[in-house]
Amino acid sequence: MSILAVTEVLVAQNIAFAIIAVGVVVAGVRLVTTENVVHAALWLVVVLAGIAGLYILLAAEFTAIVQVLVYIGAIVVLFLFGIMLTRARLGEGETVNKKMRAPALVIAVAMFALMAYSLWGYFGSTELEVMGRSTAELGQTTAQVADTLFLTYLIPFEVVSVLLLAALTGAIVLARRD
Amino acid sequence: MLLNQFLLLAAVLFCIGVYGVLTRRNGVMVLMSIELILNAVNINLIAFGTYLSDATGQAFALFIIAVAAAEVGVGLAIVLMLFRNRRSIDIDAVDQLKG
Repeated sequence: MSILAVTEVLVAQNIAFAIIAVGVVVAGVRLVTTENVVHAALWLVVVLAGIAGLYILLAAEFTAIVQVLVYIGAIVVLFLFGIMLTRARLGEGETVNKKMRAPALVIAVAMFALMAYSLWGYFGSTELEVMGRSTAELGQTTAQVADTLFLTYLIPFEVVSVLLLAALTGAIVLARRD
Repeated sequence: MLLNQFLLLAAVLFCIGVYGVLTRRNGVMVLMSIELILNAVNINLIAFGTYLSDATGQAFALFIIAVAAAEVGVGLAIVLMLFRNRRSIDIDAVDQLKG
């Protein structure tokens, strides 16, 4: 903290958050409204990268890297393959169900209003003090994550690996041409 | 930074994802919207993990990422089967189970 004063870093953090938040929300809205399926996959990359940035702001750098590797590296590629293999005869303007737009908008806005009301009522302006504390103090270092994962949650971890194996084997069996 | 900044952003993303699931007719697009919802949940987990100084939040976020990968794999395989059998991935047209 010798180079930058604490308040300067706080301002920088808030500016970074604002930029990422605006980018993520705009990309998210484009993702669900664009007619072009490939563009939607590329907007998804923007959303996922923005969320990785948020993880770094929250001092969770390991999860940020996993987010980039797994989501942007693997899942988006999987989506692009899915789009390529299902070049369906859904013409322009057919990927969005126009009848559902108004009800879906009402549901989404109502859900957000409910969540915002309860979040604001409960947490109000609770400070998240990342500033001036090391990642070790925040309990967010990779070593601490590893301890949690392989001591407290060892059995769930093994279950997840079996789940992944089963799901991917199932996906191969389903998608195989026979 | 406020804790609520992150929680409200996650709520916005969640609602965008719900809107996408409800309006999209393309099976792949519905899966993408579900990814948006899962990511919103992950933001919440990590924000609370940092707030409570506990690595459990990150551990659970990693579990969700793994489960999301499995979900996308199976989901895309189902969409592929759907396309192979019907030459279309219009979710609204899949109503054979309707009584």
